[in-house]
Amino acid sequence: MLHPSHFAAVLLFALFASTVFGITMRDTPPRMFRYGAYCFVLFVGSVIVFSWVMFLIAR
Amino acid sequence: MATTPNKPAAAKTSSKGFVYLPLIAGWLVPGAGHFLLGKWIRGTLLAVSIIAMFALGLAMQGKLYTSAQDILDMLGVAGDLGGGLLYFLSRAAGWGGTPVQTTIADYGTKFIVVAGLLNIIAAVDAHNLRTGRKS
Repeated sequence: MLHPSHFAAVLLFALFASTVFGITMRDTPPRMFRYGAYCFVLFVGSVIVFSWVMFLIAR
Repeated sequence: MATTPNKPAAAKTSSKGFVYLPLIAGWLVPGAGHFLLGKWIRGTLLAVSIIAMFALGLAMQGKLYTSAQDILDMLGVAGDLGGGLLYFLSRAAGWGGTPVQTTIADYGTKFIVVAGLLNIIAAVDAHNLRTGRKS
């Protein structure tokens, strides 16, 4: 059984989902790449932000 | 103000053949819709992403939804069905953990569902390419 950490799972999820979003939501390869990168940063960034928010709420 | 009317992009493409073939092929096999249209790189990236996500979900002992007992199970079945042949083959082979007992297995279940949903998006994209709505 594969046992990635929570953050590794987030990175894998963000990578695959961003790849599909980039290819399907834009028309040209440069725009696909930019949009994919944008989605990846939003996925990972929002996880980090909400993790800190939950950590601060739980204290 | 005079504007240029938007001509339907579909007019540019050939209307020969079964227009829903890329949609159906893309649903059954991730990336196949794009392969049929000669979009090899896009198809390969989509296939790798979706198959890897599905396989990682199974490797994490994610659950394959098989029956719908309540609304959430129903949504899970709908998401899993998006995986096309990946889902049917996995069910036939008996892969995937049934009751989710660990956090990792829960992540795996979500990976499988999201892989199915992403596959639907990819199949619809192939259909849009086929009809000329997207280039």
